[in-house]
Amino acid sequence: MLTRAPAGTDSPAADPVTGPRRRTGASAARRSVVGLAFVAPTAAIVAALFLVPLGILVYMSFTDWPLLGSPRVNGVENYRQLGSDDRFLGAIKFTIVYTLITTVVLFAAAFVLVAISNSPRRGTLFYRTAFFLPYVVGTAAASSMWWIDANDQLGVFNHALQTTGLVDQPVGLLATPTKALLTVIALVVWKFVGFQLMVLLVGLQSIPAQLYEAARVDGASTWQRLRYITVPSLRPTLALLTVLSVTGSLLAFDQFFVLTHGGPDNSTVTVVLALYNKAFQSFRLGSAAAEAVVVLVVLVLVNVIQLRLLREREK
Amino acid sequence: MAPGKDRPAMPTGASRTRAGFLTMALAVGLAVAGCSSTGSPATSTTPDDGTTLTMWVRSATDQFSQRLVDAYNASHKNRVTLTIIPNDNYLTKVGAAAGSNSLPDILASDVVYTPNYTKQGLFQDITGELGALSYRSSVAGSHLAVASVSGKVYAVPHKLDSSVLFYNKDLFTQAGLDPAKPPANFAEILDYARKITALGNGITGFDIAGSCGGCGVYTLFPYAWANGVKVLSDDGKKVDINNDTFKQIFGLYRQLTNEKLVASSDSTQDGSTWPNNFLSGKVGMLALGSPIVGALQQQKIFQWGVTSLMSPDGKKTSTFVGGDVAGISKSSKHKAQAWDFLKWTLDENAQVEIIAKNGDLPGRTDLSGNKYTGSDPRTKFIADGLRNGVTPFALPFGDLFNNPNGPWVETIRGAIYGPDLNKALADGQAKIQSGLDSAG
Repeated sequence: MLTRAPAGTDSPAADPVTGPRRRTGASAARRSVVGLAFVAPTAAIVAALFLVPLGILVYMSFTDWPLLGSPRVNGVENYRQLGSDDRFLGAIKFTIVYTLITTVVLFAAAFVLVAISNSPRRGTLFYRTAFFLPYVVGTAAASSMWWIDANDQLGVFNHALQTTGLVDQPVGLLATPTKALLTVIALVVWKFVGFQLMVLLVGLQSIPAQLYEAARVDGASTWQRLRYITVPSLRPTLALLTVLSVTGSLLAFDQFFVLTHGGPDNSTVTVVLALYNKAFQSFRLGSAAAEAVVVLVVLVLVNVIQLRLLREREK
Repeated sequence: MAPGKDRPAMPTGASRTRAGFLTMALAVGLAVAGCSSTGSPATSTTPDDGTTLTMWVRSATDQFSQRLVDAYNASHKNRVTLTIIPNDNYLTKVGAAAGSNSLPDILASDVVYTPNYTKQGLFQDITGELGALSYRSSVAGSHLAVASVSGKVYAVPHKLDSSVLFYNKDLFTQAGLDPAKPPANFAEILDYARKITALGNGITGFDIAGSCGGCGVYTLFPYAWANGVKVLSDDGKKVDINNDTFKQIFGLYRQLTNEKLVASSDSTQDGSTWPNNFLSGKVGMLALGSPIVGALQQQKIFQWGVTSLMSPDGKKTSTFVGGDVAGISKSSKHKAQAWDFLKWTLDENAQVEIIAKNGDLPGRTDLSGNKYTGSDPRTKFIADGLRNGVTPFALPFGDLFNNPNGPWVETIRGAIYGPDLNKALADGQAKIQSGLDSAG
C-alpha cells in the first residue's frame, strides 16, 4: 500500500512493473518533443547563419571567385597556392609570435593585478573597477583611441613622455615593426587584463578559506600554500583563460586593422588581416576562402588539444 | 568558470570578424534586397515625371553629392535618393549588388576603379545622350577616357579633383623668400624647405605622406608625367617606375627626410591627417590637391599660394586628375530620368552655382573661368591645370597602389626610408608588374 500511494512522486523503483513506468516513458517522450521545440529556433539560426555560410565558404574555396564577374571552379588550386604565398606564411609566423607574447604578458600582468585587487586593503574596489573598465570598450573603438594617442604630434602618450622628461623628441610608437608590435600588445593587455583579472578573482574566491586555515595550522609556509592549494585549485580557471587568450590572439584582427593597418612595411599582418586583405583589397574571394578554411581547421585542432589538456588537468 | 563561458574569444573582436566573413555571402543577398530601385512602376520616357531614382556614392564625395542631389530634388519632380557608402566597402557592395542585379539607378565610382565596372558591363551606354550635348567637347576628357570602352562612353564626370603644390606665403616671407615666387623645380623645393625649416618652432619646410599609397599616386606620379614618363601604359598592363625620373623624385624625398625638413611623424602618415599640419600653418610647402581648397579659403591663419607639380628640372608640369564618375547602371529601368539628373549636373547652373561656388573644380573645361574662380585666381589656376592632367588606368589599381599592404606603399617606404633606393625601385617594379600580369 505504502508503495502505491505516492507513485508519481516516489522513486520509480517503488513499483517497477505497472503504471508509473509507462507514465514516465510517455512524459519523457513528451519532454523530448518539448525540448526539441525549444532548441529548434536556435538550431535553425545556427543552421542558417553558420552551417549554410560554412558550406558556401568551403565551396568558394574551390573556386576562382572574383568580386565582380562570375566564379569558376578551379579545384584545389587555391590551397596549392597557399603553400607558396609569402604574405600568408609570413602572417602565420607573425600570428604565432604575437599569440605567444600576448598570452605570456597578459598572464603576467593579470597575476600582478590579482595580487593588488585580492588584498583586503582599502580602495580594492576602486582598483578592480579601474582595471576592468577598458574591457567594456569595443576593440575597434579602443584601437581608434590608441591610434590617436600613439600619434607623435597629437597623442597623449608622447605628451606624457615629454612632460615627464623621459624623452626629448617625440617617439613614433608605430614607426618601426618592433615598436608597432609592442604598442599593439600594450593595447591588448590594457584592454583585456581586466577580464582576465575578474575570472582569476572569481576562481580565487571560490577556494574554501578552511583549506588555507587548515594548512596554516599544519604550519605550511606562504609558498607552500600557493604551491599546494592556490595553483591546483585555479587550474581549470587558468586552462580556460589560456584557451580564450590563445584562440583570441590567433584570430586577432581589429587592433591591427585599425592601429597599424598591418604596417609598417607589412610587419604586423595577422592571418585574419591577410585573408581580409585578400578578399576585400585584392578581391580574390576564392583564395581568401581557402585561407579561412585553413584557419578554421587549425583553430578546431588547437582547441581540441587545449580542451583535452583541460580535461586531464581536471582529473 | 561561468563568467568566461559565453565570452567571445578574447583579445579581439575576432569571433565577430569570422562570423561576419562566414555570413557575408548570405547577408549580402539580404542587404541589397532593400536597395533596388523603386518608384513609378511604369517605364516612361518623360525625363522629369516624378520618378524616384536611387544613387550610390562613396563617402569621399558625400557632401559634394548631397548638395547636387538636394538642389536637383528642389527643382524637379523626380526624386533622387542618395546612399553614401564608406569608401572601403564601396566595391564590395557594388560587387554584391551587381551579382543580384540590384544596383541603384545611378552609380558613382572612383575614376581609378571605373574600368573594373565597365569591364563587367555594369553601366548602360550613354554615348548618344552625351553626344547630343552642345558642350560635349569640353566635358573633362581624362574622366571620359577611363569611362569609355572601344569608343562607347559609360559614365560622365561627377567630381573632379587635381593635385597641385600649395605653399604658405607667410612662412615664405619670414624665411626671406619671395611669396610671389613659388618653387619652380626640385632644387628650389629643397632650398626653400631648408630655409623654412630653419625658422624653428616645429615648422617644417615640406610634408610627406610616408605610408599612403593613394597620396603617392596623387602627388608623385605628376612629377614623372611632367618629365615624360608614363608610369602606367595606356592599356594599364605595364608599369615603369624603375627609371632615373623616379630616382630623382625619391632622391628629393629621401633628402628632405634625412635632413629633417619634414616632421618626424611623416613616416607613419597614412593620409588621414595629411593636410592638418599645413592647414595649421606649420608647413611651408605641401603637394596635395583641390579637395583642401575649401578649407584653405576658410582658414584665417595664413596667406597661401599654389603652383603646379613640376618635372625635376621644372620645365614642364602635370597633375593627377582624380575624382568620381557617375553612370546609369545596367539594373536601372529609368534611363531617361537618370540621364535627366546626370545632364543637369553637367549644365552650367549646377557646375557654377553649386560646384564652383564651393571651391570644387567644374567638370567642364569651358567653365574654368566663372564668377567664382574669377574672384580667386588660385582656383582658376587649378582648374586650368586640368588641361595637361592624367588619370591613370589599371584594373587592379586599388590592390596594387592604394592598398596599405600593397607593393606601391612598400616601394615608397623602401625608396624614402630604406637603405637602398635603387633596390627599392627595382623590387617595386617587379612586384607591381607581376600584379598587373596576374590580373590579366
